[in-house]
Amino acid sequence: MPTGIKDKVAIIGMGCCRFGERWDAGAEDLMVEAFEEALKDAKIEKNQIDAAWFSTCMPEIHTGQSALPCAMTLRLNNIPVTRVENYCASGTEAFRGATYAVAAGASDIALAIGVEKLKDTGYGGLPNPGSNAGSQRWLWSPAMTAPGSFAQLAPAYAANHGVDPKDLKLAMAHVSAKSHANGAKNPKAHLRKAVNVDTIMAAPIIAEPLGLFDCCGVSDGSACAIVTTVEKAKDMGFKDFVSVKALQLSLSNGTEVGHDSWDFDHFITTEIASARAYEEAGVTNPREEISMMEVHDCFSITELVTMEDLHISPRGGAIKDIMDGFYNADGGVPCQIDGGLKCFGHPIGASGLRMLYEMYLQLHGRAEDRQLPDPKLGMTHNLGGMPFMNVASVAIVGKHGV
Amino acid sequence: MVGITAYGAYLPQQRLERMAIFQSMGWFAPAIIQFAQGEKAICNWDEDAFTMAVGASRDCLTGMDKSEIDAVYLGSTTLPFADRQNAGMVVAALNLKPEVVSADHTGSLKAGTSALLAALDAVKGGDKRSVLVTASDRRETKSAYLYEMWFGDGAASLAVGSDDVIAEFKGSYSLSRDFVDHYRGADHKFDYTWEERWIRDQGYGQIIPEAINGLLAKTGVKLEDVSKLVFPCLFKAELRNIGKRMGCVEKVADNMHEVCGETGAAHPLLMFVNALQEAEPGDKLIMASFGQGSDALLFEVTDAIKRLPARSGTKGALANRKPVNNYQKYLKFRDLLQTEMGIRAEAPTQTALTVLYRDNKMLMGLVGGKCTKCGTPQFPKAPICVNPDCNAFHSQEDHEFSDATGHIKAFTADLLSVSVAPPNCYGMVQFEGGGRMMADFTDCEAGELSVGQPVTMTMRKRYEDRDRGFHGYFWKAIPQTDQG
Repeated sequence: MPTGIKDKVAIIGMGCCRFGERWDAGAEDLMVEAFEEALKDAKIEKNQIDAAWFSTCMPEIHTGQSALPCAMTLRLNNIPVTRVENYCASGTEAFRGATYAVAAGASDIALAIGVEKLKDTGYGGLPNPGSNAGSQRWLWSPAMTAPGSFAQLAPAYAANHGVDPKDLKLAMAHVSAKSHANGAKNPKAHLRKAVNVDTIMAAPIIAEPLGLFDCCGVSDGSACAIVTTVEKAKDMGFKDFVSVKALQLSLSNGTEVGHDSWDFDHFITTEIASARAYEEAGVTNPREEISMMEVHDCFSITELVTMEDLHISPRGGAIKDIMDGFYNADGGVPCQIDGGLKCFGHPIGASGLRMLYEMYLQLHGRAEDRQLPDPKLGMTHNLGGMPFMNVASVAIVGKHGV
Repeated sequence: MVGITAYGAYLPQQRLERMAIFQSMGWFAPAIIQFAQGEKAICNWDEDAFTMAVGASRDCLTGMDKSEIDAVYLGSTTLPFADRQNAGMVVAALNLKPEVVSADHTGSLKAGTSALLAALDAVKGGDKRSVLVTASDRRETKSAYLYEMWFGDGAASLAVGSDDVIAEFKGSYSLSRDFVDHYRGADHKFDYTWEERWIRDQGYGQIIPEAINGLLAKTGVKLEDVSKLVFPCLFKAELRNIGKRMGCVEKVADNMHEVCGETGAAHPLLMFVNALQEAEPGDKLIMASFGQGSDALLFEVTDAIKRLPARSGTKGALANRKPVNNYQKYLKFRDLLQTEMGIRAEAPTQTALTVLYRDNKMLMGLVGGKCTKCGTPQFPKAPICVNPDCNAFHSQEDHEFSDATGHIKAFTADLLSVSVAPPNCYGMVQFEGGGRMMADFTDCEAGELSVGQPVTMTMRKRYEDRDRGFHGYFWKAIPQTDQG
């Protein structure tokens, strides 16, 4: 049994640029914006960083391949830099790389930085890869988009749980309304406008039954974390710091898309990754112990289903919790307190780190208008890919020693 | 005894009401009103001569042991590939054994009957036991043209053999005349046509009777002993006049103008299948084609026709219809209307031909795997079994999914996805008996989809690579509605 990452690694600095349609900035500018904030936060010099992990998901439309765009843009000191990609979990992968490196003693101070510059394609939504999606996949995979692939959760969930699709659509609207309310309070968020449920319900359809407001923003942005060991953090004089409690990843093995046992209404990987994370962090009752969370709300239905897969809402109980306001800013487990992918935005390679950034701010009491009272444990969740084949990552962070 | 052992037909589900053409374009071409009766069968955007050929062939193979087929002949003037054998693609789509002769017959509207004659010769000669003959056409015309009114899209299929013959081949008579009523240059999309009155008088009016009379003289059969004459003719009045002049107007089969339109090389076979579906044992049927001459063939229906397993045929294909009165939609499907597709549509569309060959059974034949250890059917076939309780290595045998029925597990109707027929409908198909896949849906309406809805699979076009002139095909699911 692995001993796990709990209490071994400290986050000593974080940064996050303003997300949005950053017509003014290239990927490199966004990275520097986040990086400068993290350096100041950690109170270190750039050249104290001795290893870095760099996450991008669609570099062909911005920085290009390899970790060189990171190493060269940040003028890193000829240190090892690795580019990672695992769909929407890419940012968390960069964090994993840096965290494990310092825990293993391979690095003293490591950087995890993610970036995505999506608004240079000339059209809305994520890029259409065409035959670049994969030489065999192109020849037979349906002409799917991201909203279309996740939208299918809704009819399956409604059918399998005996829910009226109208009730499900209403709950999905509440998911988005809550995130808009939170995002409105966040100066770095892409979408900063509160939107009511009626407007959300009446929005044009993108992929049945998902309307415009059921879909997260396609944004430009970058976020980063600087980590070291708990011992080193103490040596450096940090007293009140955040440490990593759990870091888990689970990938589909083809069961969902190829074996008759899955019902297209939940994420097997999220169930597994979160259960492992709770065990690693020593959490026995997540609904009570997790103070706040940022989950992968690429689409409202994704968040709704995820609430159950994270073992916070009971199976079939997400709609009730959502309608009760359990995930609102003043609810039992505030979710997407920074606006989420929905409103903070979703520059893919940066998203996992952006989520950790909000947990970090909240734990330090630096979340300004969004500040929650005395949070103890923050959880982040990414879901890369599609419901039927995906990468789920779960991270839990908290104040060290609390 | 040599002859027809089975038949099949395929018509695209959509039927364009001809008045919709007139209502849109009558201001420009008032003469088209003369032929604005009824409806014509039109391909969905993802159908063409190849996909319809697969549809008709599958119908023909109903209840047959397809491993018996030792040749596949495809007759058409509108095949998607000028050089990649289209009949070979049909062999792959039907997942027939590779040890077959496959050949395209093309270049004339009598390509369907010449393919049939070649098959009959091969079986008569004893070299082949069972030959599948399919004719299919999706003929293109410019907008607001008489030929646009006349033409329809469709395919028909006949199996030729010597066992369980349902219609015995009694003889044939062929004419080859360089009568150019229309032609299409090798690099042209549309036909160039000569005056209709000439085509009527010197074309149909002379060539068809000459071929039929020649057949009767050759076989020694009297016209009064023939039950039905089946031949295409664009002009309904001339069809009857030919019958009148020959003294058998009541025996001349309808040209199906009102119900599907003239389907080119497929049309004599499509009409003949219709005649077979009405025939009784002992009936003598004549089929003749028209295209730079004519092939006329005589058949006598046998008792075995009563034992032929049920299938769609022409009548079933005609009954499976969805009326369409949106002419602009037809223009878009035919690529006769230039619409803005947006930057999203500019994605690369290259085909890795190595992959297409390596995974040919999977991609063309919808052949997956079935684990010999745990019995789990799966798509695609994989080196390691997908069953999480098995995961056996290298344990799978081929398993065909093309004829499997399934149901919808999850679905969406996607308006973001690039499509000439938005929204793109797709979802997860769960096959009865095991196995599942993510699939495009076709021939469906977004508002009619539901979880649990039954589906059947069909071979369709997936994409067109215009820069390189390639057409990509794969299997899609057709959600079944109560109306069928």
